[in-house]
Amino acid sequence: MAKSITQEFVKGLWDEIPPFRLVLGLCPVLAVTKSVENGLGMGVAVVFVLVCSNILVSLLRNIIPSKVRIACFIVIIATFVIVVELLMQAYTYPLFLKLGIFIPLIVVNCVLLGRAEAFAYKNGVIASIADGLGIGIGFTISLTALGALREVFGSGTFFGISVFGPSFQPFTFMVEAPGAFVCLGLMLCMMNLAGNK
Amino acid sequence: MGDYALLAISCILVNNILLAQYLGCCPFMGTSKKMETAIGMGMAVIFVLVMAGSITWLIDAYVLKPFGLEYLRTIAFILVIASLVQFVEMFLRKSIPGLYKGLGIFLPLITTNCAVMGVCLININEEYTFIQSLVTSFSYAAGFGLALVLFAGVRERILLARVPKPLEDTAIGLVTAGMLALAFFAFKGMA
Repeated sequence: MAKSITQEFVKGLWDEIPPFRLVLGLCPVLAVTKSVENGLGMGVAVVFVLVCSNILVSLLRNIIPSKVRIACFIVIIATFVIVVELLMQAYTYPLFLKLGIFIPLIVVNCVLLGRAEAFAYKNGVIASIADGLGIGIGFTISLTALGALREVFGSGTFFGISVFGPSFQPFTFMVEAPGAFVCLGLMLCMMNLAGNK
Repeated sequence: MGDYALLAISCILVNNILLAQYLGCCPFMGTSKKMETAIGMGMAVIFVLVMAGSITWLIDAYVLKPFGLEYLRTIAFILVIASLVQFVEMFLRKSIPGLYKGLGIFLPLITTNCAVMGVCLININEEYTFIQSLVTSFSYAAGFGLALVLFAGVRERILLARVPKPLEDTAIGLVTAGMLALAFFAFKGMA
């Protein structure tokens, strides 16, 4: 491995930032980004699961036979998802209610399985932690940015605080399903422009 | 009977799994570039979702609930879905090779399709009866297929159009999906 730990970490923030560069894990991105708070909460949950599952997968990478690796990854990820689910139910109940079925659905988020398969299964623990943190934080940034955009325009608030004052007519399109798709598409377009691909 | 028809229509159109509930977007973007693959994926999802919906309902009602193991639901469901997909794949390869060839590569992909897991969880959360779960599973899957086929049709046309460079591929796909979602949004008025 020629790449340093920092490089593994930084690549998740721009070069391979999900869901823009790696078009994976779109469902939670679209569904929970109605507000900044939801986006951030979801992001943090994903970071936790991703880092823990990366650690465990990379620790066990010499023990897991390659034929049943996908099943093993899924069980490992599902375990940590249950941990997050119970923690959120206990400490952040309102957020838990808002995110609803999307917390258990972290299990089938392709980002997690993708990282376990593409990175943690082939690399050491430290590098895997860096990779998990990088990709996870990248994912959180994307979710928060999209959440901010949709909340500011869709309901005229930011973290629940009014931005434009009472005369603002909310742009409801943004918080509904169609707005989610269009917003994400336009953000992807911006990313492509900035990366001048 | 009327209730079930109403439930089915609301699942297919009003609460379309893809365009209103945002589930199953990854295969939606991935397999919609060609009409054939879209139809294959739609069929595979209908097939697996009906089976997964009924089996997870039974497991939840007769195994998890009586023993107070609801917190294991996530892990139990994903294992059931993964092994079901594997089993269906083996079964089809042996006994219905024609269908296996048609669905082929899409079957393994379904394991990580959040629509399948999502519908199973919705069925439990809404406390549907067994028959209702069957109806919702089938109609959600049919709605998924419908949206996928419609979208593939649009996307095939976009391939011929000149799209600005930064908007190419996924970006224009998402914007198009947004327009399609807007069309489906109109059904909300029916509910």
